[in-house]
Amino acid sequence: MPDDKPLSRKLFVILGSGAVAGVAAVAAPEALRAEPLAEAVVKPAAPHSMHPQHHAPPAPKALGSRPEAYAYLTGPEVAFVEAAVERLIPTDAHGPGGKEAGVAYYIDQQLAGRYGRGDTMYTHGPWAPGLPTQGYQLRFTPADVYRLGIAATDAHAKSAYGKDFHLLDGAHQDAILQGLESAAITFDDVPAKTFFGMLLGDTVQGFFADPMYGGNRDKVGWKTIGFPGVGAVYLESVDKFNVPYNVAPVGIADEMQKSMALIDGVPVEHVQSRLAGRTRLRDMS
Amino acid sequence: MATLKPVDAVVIGVGWTGGIVASELTKAGLNVVGLERGMFRDTDPDFQVPQVHDELDYGIRYKLFQDAAKETYTFRNDASQGALPIRQFGSFIPGNGLGGAGVHWNGVTWRFLPWDFETRSQTIARYGAGILGDDCTSQDWGVTYDEIEPYYDRFEYLCGIGGKAGHLQGKKIAGGNIFEGNRSCEYPSPPMKQQYAGQLFSEGTGKLGYHRFPQPSANSTRPHTNPEGVEIGLCVYCGYCERYSCEMGAKASLQTTLLPNLMKNPKFELRPSSHVLRINLDRSGKKAVSVTYLDGSGVEQTQPAEMIFVTAWALNNVRLLLLSKIGQPYDPVKNTGVVGRNYAYQVNTAATLFYEGRHFNNFMASGAIGTIIDDFNGDNFDHAGLDFIGGADIGQSNTNARPILYHPVPPGTPAWGSAWKSAVVKYYNNSASLNAQGGCQSYRQNYLDLDPTYTDAYGQPLLRMTMDWYKHEHKQSAFMVEKLGQIAKAMDAKQFTTGLLPEHYDIVPYQSTHNVGGAVMGADPRTSVVNKYGQSWDASNVFVLGASSFPQNAGYNPTGTLGALAYHTMDAVVKRYIKSPGRLA
Repeated sequence: MPDDKPLSRKLFVILGSGAVAGVAAVAAPEALRAEPLAEAVVKPAAPHSMHPQHHAPPAPKALGSRPEAYAYLTGPEVAFVEAAVERLIPTDAHGPGGKEAGVAYYIDQQLAGRYGRGDTMYTHGPWAPGLPTQGYQLRFTPADVYRLGIAATDAHAKSAYGKDFHLLDGAHQDAILQGLESAAITFDDVPAKTFFGMLLGDTVQGFFADPMYGGNRDKVGWKTIGFPGVGAVYLESVDKFNVPYNVAPVGIADEMQKSMALIDGVPVEHVQSRLAGRTRLRDMS
Repeated sequence: MATLKPVDAVVIGVGWTGGIVASELTKAGLNVVGLERGMFRDTDPDFQVPQVHDELDYGIRYKLFQDAAKETYTFRNDASQGALPIRQFGSFIPGNGLGGAGVHWNGVTWRFLPWDFETRSQTIARYGAGILGDDCTSQDWGVTYDEIEPYYDRFEYLCGIGGKAGHLQGKKIAGGNIFEGNRSCEYPSPPMKQQYAGQLFSEGTGKLGYHRFPQPSANSTRPHTNPEGVEIGLCVYCGYCERYSCEMGAKASLQTTLLPNLMKNPKFELRPSSHVLRINLDRSGKKAVSVTYLDGSGVEQTQPAEMIFVTAWALNNVRLLLLSKIGQPYDPVKNTGVVGRNYAYQVNTAATLFYEGRHFNNFMASGAIGTIIDDFNGDNFDHAGLDFIGGADIGQSNTNARPILYHPVPPGTPAWGSAWKSAVVKYYNNSASLNAQGGCQSYRQNYLDLDPTYTDAYGQPLLRMTMDWYKHEHKQSAFMVEKLGQIAKAMDAKQFTTGLLPEHYDIVPYQSTHNVGGAVMGADPRTSVVNKYGQSWDASNVFVLGASSFPQNAGYNPTGTLGALAYHTMDAVVKRYIKSPGRLA
């Protein structure tokens, strides 16, 4: 397998019968590769006459370059969220924080979609406050909670310090966030603690979720902690104990852009469809 | 509403148990319809990388799970409270789609201990009834370990489980689980590789004199051709198991074990997107005649059948029996009825260990990787003076280091800000987890029934869960906290965190999807819904399989046992029931 081919990191296959006992897989640019190539045996493509139409997902040509526009948050809300996520995950000696990682944009995109709309939540009444052990019982969707929570936090900032949250200095911003977290600050409509919990949880997600969702830009969250990302074959590394594993992390878009690569001269799109040399189950019966 | 052409059998829910049923019945020559509420899905292309390695969509947004907007449960800690709907899943997350939870499981495949099947009688024989307490309704299963041992074997070979026997043909074997019931065969595949944290756990528990062994795993450790002639792939330790499907065809599931033959068999018809509303009984109420479901277009269809197998997830099995009025609903006040009785869960006690200057690389993992001790499970240790029964498997199993959910920080660390971020950076690769997966006893006051207020997307009542922790769970948790601390110290952790079970069961934090009971098996129709073959006492052509039949829970993952019980049932159905329908016990 030539070194200069940008092979996908996890296309592989396990085979059953045939001359190649075992499996496997792999491939990454040399610098990223988890396993020695000698152990990566890829079986030549099986005939695939049943599904000549099958193709891997088309490779986007220029992921990462699409224009970014806020879909749910208003201008003042963007200013709030950008300021807040930078306090929750600050820029420091370990690297960029929430703002540079695109966490505010991530949160906006999530709020504009099925998470923000509460599409997978049970949203029927009757409504009752319930006990803490019964979980979330508000009538509001997550997008509603942000709208109300941001407005109430800014109103609190104005009354306590005379300015909107995003215009305050870091110490005052932290004091307000601590007030929400501890429920020392209370709001009329949405519980401050609920809003804060949602904001913090979504911020952590935006820092560590795959970059295709708009946060974790340049995989900065993964680089900060040393998470290798999505493409992973550790068959030979898992039992090499207490050894540093330093690789540039790989995201879903990185993998898809490589999906037209070749493995042993076989287009990767065909490799995907010969898993275990089996006919796809949906084509049976 | 259309009434369809009668078939020999209908399977409601095509996951592990439904697949086993359909496979055995079609092999016996019967026509089987599989009604699956979810979509068709297969390793190729549905489970493929890179898309499936998406922590947000799968791990956080529950891509492979039941949609709470359509169907959830209501919950309260005790009957004095008003039950409210679980608006988003937390404590447990039921699976959805072809293959069921067998697609997103971790693959940990245990046999329960002989004691687990005879909990009540063996406890009373050894300690007297006093230790149980007045409200504890834990009971014997009506089937023994020895009776289902051959079927454990069958399920393990179906899946190609990797492990090491510790009690084989009467001999105890060091390096395996010496506490397990006697096995007739060794595991079909060798154990998984162990992680660095597993090595530390082995050394630590070795110093303490405990008996460590590799966790039995359905993450394949070598290419395996199962007795059905189906090949299973090889696990590459990618670290995306639970909540994810396996792109390698290496985690045993219906797709990798039985479906390749089943889908080719003209006697089997799979109907995805079929949401079952009820089972219909004849006028006597003693025989089921058909199943009514909504097809993909939302049109009601009625499928007549000679035999009906209820093979959905545990709580959904119970709900369908209640909606169909099969069996007498349990009444905790009068202490009458059986359907919904003996709902139980699991007690998970965890510890996180923190080190400095190490490289754990916990992202190199599989769902069932791990090193375990069973010294404190079941009745493997003397409970005299402890005032609780049962126990936990205690082990190290770092199944992943996916960063949204895995970024542990030591006690006292703030939840955000610079100090939090520094601690995350420092400990992300300097931490390891221990877990004690504890059994849970059944109580008169923990039960399932139909909610009087809330309905699902189809207008049917939701299932209501009334559940709290009681004596055995709290005392077990305190015991396990002490053991985990002892082991953490023996593993030379610089710091560790652990925590007692909270006073009340909380539906919010994820704990386990090993929910059991509500349609339990037994030898006495007054205290069980089904006999030892999973056959309804009330309608003998209805079989209810899966963890709904467990009368209380063991300190193990349930899949090995529900697989074995399904094969135990099908052996009796094929050999006896088909020839002469009627009660098998």
